[in-house]
Amino acid sequence: MHRHTFSRKYLGIPYAVFLLLFVVAPLVVLIYYAFTNGQGEFTFQNLTGFFSDPNTLGTLCYSFGIAMVTTAVCLLLAYPLAFILATSKLKGKSVIVLIFIMPMWINFSLRITALKEILTWLEGNLAYHPFLNTVLGMSYDFLPFMILPIYTTISKLDGALLEAARDLGAGELQAFLRVTLPLSLPGIMSGVSMVFLPAMTNYVVLDMLYNSTYIMGSLIGSYFAAYNWNGGSMIALILLGIICLFTLLTGGAEEENTRGGALL
Amino acid sequence: MIRKVWRWMVIIFVLLFLYLPILVLAVYSFTDATNIGAIRGFSVHNYVTLFTTPELRSMIAGTVALALGSALIATVLGTMGAIGSFYSRKGMASAITTMNQVPVVNADVVTGFSICILLVVVLGISKDTYIPLVAGHVTLCAPFVFLAVIPKLKQMDPSIYEAALDLGATPFTALIRIVIPQIFPGILSGFAMAVTLSLDDYFVATYTKPATFDTISTYVVNATKGAQTTIKTALWALSTVIFLLVVLFSAVMNIRANKEERKTV
Amino acid sequence: MEQTTNIIELKHITKTYEDGYSAVSDFNLEVKQGEFITFLGPSGCGKTTTLRMIAGFDLPTEGEILLNGRPITSLPPNKRPINTVFQRYALFPHMNIYENIAFGLRQKKTPEKVIAKKVKKVLELVDLEGFENRSIDTLSGGQQQRVAIARAVVNEPQILLLDEPLGALDLKMRKEMQLELKEMHRELGITFIYVTHDQEEALTMSDKIVVMSEGKMQQIGTPEDIYNEPINAFVADFIGDSNIFNGIMTGKLKARFCGGEFACVDDVEEGTHITAVVRPEDVTLTSPERGNIRGIVTSVIFKGIHYEITVESGKNEIVAQSVHSARVGDRVGVEVEPDNIHIMIAEDHTNIFAAEINKNYELEYNGTVLPVALTDVIKGSSILEDGTLVDSRGLEIDPKKIRVKISIKPQDIELTDDQEEGLVQGCISNMIYKGDHYSYVIHTDLEQDFVVNDEYLWNMEDQVGLVMPVEKMIFTVKK
Repeated sequence: MHRHTFSRKYLGIPYAVFLLLFVVAPLVVLIYYAFTNGQGEFTFQNLTGFFSDPNTLGTLCYSFGIAMVTTAVCLLLAYPLAFILATSKLKGKSVIVLIFIMPMWINFSLRITALKEILTWLEGNLAYHPFLNTVLGMSYDFLPFMILPIYTTISKLDGALLEAARDLGAGELQAFLRVTLPLSLPGIMSGVSMVFLPAMTNYVVLDMLYNSTYIMGSLIGSYFAAYNWNGGSMIALILLGIICLFTLLTGGAEEENTRGGALL
Repeated sequence: MIRKVWRWMVIIFVLLFLYLPILVLAVYSFTDATNIGAIRGFSVHNYVTLFTTPELRSMIAGTVALALGSALIATVLGTMGAIGSFYSRKGMASAITTMNQVPVVNADVVTGFSICILLVVVLGISKDTYIPLVAGHVTLCAPFVFLAVIPKLKQMDPSIYEAALDLGATPFTALIRIVIPQIFPGILSGFAMAVTLSLDDYFVATYTKPATFDTISTYVVNATKGAQTTIKTALWALSTVIFLLVVLFSAVMNIRANKEERKTV
Repeated sequence: MEQTTNIIELKHITKTYEDGYSAVSDFNLEVKQGEFITFLGPSGCGKTTTLRMIAGFDLPTEGEILLNGRPITSLPPNKRPINTVFQRYALFPHMNIYENIAFGLRQKKTPEKVIAKKVKKVLELVDLEGFENRSIDTLSGGQQQRVAIARAVVNEPQILLLDEPLGALDLKMRKEMQLELKEMHRELGITFIYVTHDQEEALTMSDKIVVMSEGKMQQIGTPEDIYNEPINAFVADFIGDSNIFNGIMTGKLKARFCGGEFACVDDVEEGTHITAVVRPEDVTLTSPERGNIRGIVTSVIFKGIHYEITVESGKNEIVAQSVHSARVGDRVGVEVEPDNIHIMIAEDHTNIFAAEINKNYELEYNGTVLPVALTDVIKGSSILEDGTLVDSRGLEIDPKKIRVKISIKPQDIELTDDQEEGLVQGCISNMIYKGDHYSYVIHTDLEQDFVVNDEYLWNMEDQVGLVMPVEKMIFTVKK
């Protein structure tokens, strides 16, 4: 049946095989390694080890701390900006938005280098303010990912809704709090998920800014350096769990608002 | 009036936050200075170093080659996957879409580490073959190509494919001559996205690259740990060059987009 | 022997989808070389599916398609010498007009010189000379339509399929294109298979019309045949305006319907249940004494060349077209020439009658409110908080503009002595013994005839009540 539609369907097979090989299989192997020891014996040691070691638990807490503060800073900067841009009647608006997105196309390690030079000049020694520097670095790195989804969501809001709210007697602040803010929540959600998760894992920002405290990502790096695949796999698995949980909580970013959507 | 001032202050503040470091670095890249603060005479020696040091040159060339190569593979795979899944039965389509979503939401550290475990540790493929590196970057990029192409397929009038068959084209010809041109903007933006992702990647490369090979990200991260000032200031030049290229590219794209818009109006 | 050969034959074609829905069932058709044949029916009747199976886009689950006597049932569309003009044109947006039209020729590796010549010629045919290098989006809907036709015709197909090709055009443009298509058909001599839901379009253009409903062919014939001799109530109702009544043959060439007795020309056996169809233009209004039945004029609408006059006789409504006006409230007689009464043997004797919608949006018949919600009867409708009735798109429905018809099978009606228990009352005017049951005709107090099957024996002229359970009723809504 449907002989002529066969060729189009077949095109999906190479990609499906590719995904099985490079997405599904690595995850299976990851799970296997996470629950075995160096000798290949089944064990919960890696899991219990993580949750009983104060150091690793401390790392988890520190990651959450960094991620939460970074997300808050980004949100505080991005929301007013996105709101102003989306509601302004400027002519070359698309160009202005583009200017805020452009930094994403510059290699992040070079941008962090630039920030580092400035901070060194301002602070003298970066080691004095590791937490502050890390939050600044991450906010600097991830801010555009927060601006874009919020901007897109607010731009798409029907202006008549706001007028209706005003018409029904809401003050400007009331209209914002009761109409604009709740309706821009999806944008905030995808922005948050695009900032929070990298902030838990992108340990290079810490490294480059001489913050020697570990976050979750750094643990993987250190296990990797020590050829401890089993320990690293467990950390990766725990991270994956956090990501899944987070994605479920934020309702999964809309397709257009994923990292890729933000890039173009 | 006051509101207007506030608005502009927010815009300018964020702009400064995003651009000041890059711009300051750009200024200093044209001096002899080795640190920000002490202004010294104008010099282009950073640029000379950048383009003459073999190590830096091969690192840049390697990064670009890796980005273009893996983006190309990712674009072919992702496009085929999008077309295939779009015309497949529901079960198959949702299976592909779900698998596709994993690298998109996953942290790059996890993606890179898991591919390294599978290919290098379990299957014993040497990193020197570049296979783990390219596979990793394709895995990172292809899902975004897939996501860029799917909406174009949804927008396409399904009967134009049937019209091509009706006029005697084989399914393959209809695909190449009708479907591909229709979704080409999606493929192109998918490719651009893939290049950007590959250029920006640090984590996948770190876990899968051969020891002797460096991308811009891995090189810069290592260089900032060392104390070689000539290399450090040469990287300021690199940052400036990339910044200018991005500005140029954005300007060209924007002008072209404006022209298109005017044409349709 | 037939004079011309069949170019395409459909034998027992059935298309059933995976979910069990049958789009087309046991469809048989023979099309002669050079014919202009139209598939006509409401949306969802299977006409487009049938066309897609002829084109090769869909494969039938059962049955066979023969082209010039050879089976092509599972031949892919690109191997069939058949071309399609698509509903929304399906022009290739990234190609100019020349490339669009040349596409089919290029697939056949036609030399460029020949292509250029043929494109030029076909553009002349569709009145678009010199448009070769224009891009698609600079064309109007009508021009795009012409390009779509040119693109199909240039391949010199044996059959041209047209899937509601004029559906997206405005009325004036549509009328123009109808004539042009007809002219093109004459000029090219190709077989045209045309799909439309517009009965006027079908009647104007076709050599032959296939009326379809619910995946089945209802009738096939020339436009005149279909209009003048509709084979069943569906066709009569779908083609043109009709008065449709249930009735019974009461004697040789005599039929009883609409509360009166009429002479007719169809020789149907006495006692047979029938459906009688009378076209409004065949209804003559006369003085009350001269008519077969009498009634009161309830509405008069001027339609330009005639008046549309509605007469109410008992509970029956008769629509007449007349060049003479009438006044609302006039008492008139209704007369129909015997050869203008089309008698069809009722397949299932279904009783059809109209219900009223009262102020509270309830269905009413004979002063009794039926225990059924109007929102269940009108699909997708709902009643808003303020009490207005809206359809699935949220648009308000004016209850005056819709008519609800109820159909109920003879075996689902029960006769009772207790007249008050029945939804309607009447006397038995005819009875036939059918072996295991009696089939009665009850002439109601509202001047309608109901057919009722009952196993008990009643006598002629007995006064009875008709009990009709609402769950056995089928409701149809007409706007």
